[in-house]
Amino acid sequence: MSRIKATLANLKNTNRKAIIPYIVAGDPEPGATVDLMHALVDAGADIIELGVPFSDPMAEGPVIQLAHERALAHHVSLTHVLQMVSLFRETDQQTPVVLMGYANPIEAMSYVAFAQQAANAGVDGVLTVDMPPEEIGELGSLLIEQDIDSILLISPTTSPDRIEKICAKASGYIYYVSLKGVTGAGHLNVTEVAAQVDLIRQCTSLPICVGFGIKDAASAKSVAGIADGVVVGSVLVSNIAAAAEQQLPGDLNVKVLGEVVAKLVKDISVGANSVE
Amino acid sequence: MNSKADSRIISPPVDYGAVPDARGRFGPYGGRFVAETLISALDDLQALYLKLKDDPSFQQAFDKDLAHYVGRPSPVYHAERWSKQLGGAQIYLKREDLNHTGAHKINNTVGQALLAKFMGKPRVIAETGAGQHGVATATIAARFGMECQVFMGEEDVQRQSLNVYRMKLLGAEVIPVKSGSRTLKDAMNEALRDWVTNVDNTFYIIGTVAGPAPYPQLVRDFQSVIGREARQQMIDRTGRLPDALVACVGGGSNAIGLFHPMLEDSTVAMYGVEAGGFGLETGKHAAPLSDGRPGVLHGNRTYLMEDEGGQIIETHSISAGLDYPGVGPEHSWLKDLGRVNYVAVNDDEAMDAFRTLTQIEGIMPALETSHALAYAAKLATTMDKDQSIMVNLSGRGDKDILTVAELDGITL
Repeated sequence: MSRIKATLANLKNTNRKAIIPYIVAGDPEPGATVDLMHALVDAGADIIELGVPFSDPMAEGPVIQLAHERALAHHVSLTHVLQMVSLFRETDQQTPVVLMGYANPIEAMSYVAFAQQAANAGVDGVLTVDMPPEEIGELGSLLIEQDIDSILLISPTTSPDRIEKICAKASGYIYYVSLKGVTGAGHLNVTEVAAQVDLIRQCTSLPICVGFGIKDAASAKSVAGIADGVVVGSVLVSNIAAAAEQQLPGDLNVKVLGEVVAKLVKDISVGANSVE
Repeated sequence: MNSKADSRIISPPVDYGAVPDARGRFGPYGGRFVAETLISALDDLQALYLKLKDDPSFQQAFDKDLAHYVGRPSPVYHAERWSKQLGGAQIYLKREDLNHTGAHKINNTVGQALLAKFMGKPRVIAETGAGQHGVATATIAARFGMECQVFMGEEDVQRQSLNVYRMKLLGAEVIPVKSGSRTLKDAMNEALRDWVTNVDNTFYIIGTVAGPAPYPQLVRDFQSVIGREARQQMIDRTGRLPDALVACVGGGSNAIGLFHPMLEDSTVAMYGVEAGGFGLETGKHAAPLSDGRPGVLHGNRTYLMEDEGGQIIETHSISAGLDYPGVGPEHSWLKDLGRVNYVAVNDDEAMDAFRTLTQIEGIMPALETSHALAYAAKLATTMDKDQSIMVNLSGRGDKDILTVAELDGITL
């Protein structure tokens, strides 16, 4: 059984929601990422979504755009990101890691090489924002061959017919984008999310995790009432950036950053798991 | 028996009218690489376009606007003095600079704004580099009473301040984009981000033959009026087709507009001229077809300027309109097929051509167009006097006079 499937099944059995933090690999600097991943796990993260830096992250709001820029200032490539996952796996064989990014770095590496190297590194899932089901065919098959889940997005504009098609192709979990907009937008409408999540449930038994627009215990609670998991990105990334800015450049105290994200993850976890 | 054997070794002719396929592919290029939220809007647009494309009432509305608002057909001008000076082939100029708003861009914005009207979208957005597409979009938005916002890289806002002011006068809001390299590609990222947020009431008027399907197709179709007219005008004028076509290629909409209707005319050679910047060998240019490789950006697979790890790299060109790391997917396909030759011209060569045409023919071309002119001049000298070259004079150069003045050390 894949790590993602086992983790989500276990959470379901214990009636808990999946807490899925997102950080950008290499932000604020490459040396911090693996320590931050461990800090997230210690604070209660069930799955980690690791952003792969890209020069043109067209689905991201300003907060995560800047994180991509900071990572790229250190020339963090997809190869580096896979090395970080390998390093994380040396001491953590339980927590699933999902890479979230854009098509072009994978194209540059070649689909075959990427699928193989991702499997070797211990990656459990891949979510490529600009590869909808129509475009993911070849890469999706290669990932499945390596037992890596192909995580697909469903959005508020996805039609019922299409939801059915996407569910047929997805594995791991469904990532439901809670709003029309970029990451970090602030107009979450829980009633609308509930209606679309209901439709998705009619098509699949896969767990449904909801992202975009979740920023605190309250919003996590409201979404957790409907979904199997919550993805939290921009609020973590902006707090990492703020904490890093207060430190001296070149002398980053990763422990402090870890404490910052741990507090946020704990809050979100309490919110998400306080649903009656 | 022999003829049967022969027919086996002749490869079937390429059907240039059969692309893109239903997935928006030109061979391996094109497609629809966007986030899920935009798919339904693209599906709606594609369904509407495929329906309206052959609808006489839509075509009539489009043709009427092209005739009475844009001022088509645009003339073909024989640059006799310049041809004589070069001493080679006769150069003809397809005068898209004489269109309303001064460039070929308006052909496409008229078409897309009509689509927006059919879809009942009250708001249009656009990305712009040199500002020509932004001006053309602001213009048509004014005419149709649509709200209009134009995304423009902060660097381009500075080097194209005249066009920025024109857009404002037309009632559009110009939003300077401060992310990434602050040029055209970043403007396109920001327009896509806006569209994903306001997809219900907004139509995104893409300015070139790139982006997710169906944009490369519909922009090509709207711009193909250039090549259809030019083909007939050359036959009427000289009794035959031109021997060569030359057009500049940034995203490639003016080039595809000229080339597409003549792709099956096998005697017509075609040259797409990319921005060579400081020179291909310096790496500081905007010539993905000459010195890039295939990848995925802005919704389509195409040749790109990228580093080893797939990060898009910053481009350089003296002309803001060519300063883009990608190119329309149909050009990528035509390059691989070998049907079109893609070449590059440096900043300096383009500047020389700008001055030459201005002084010899009294026509001031855009700096983008000047790249095509510079290559045409080289090509002409390798051809006979009874041969002909048609250059797409895609835009006028008034917008560039501040850039030129600065190079001359003059502050206006």
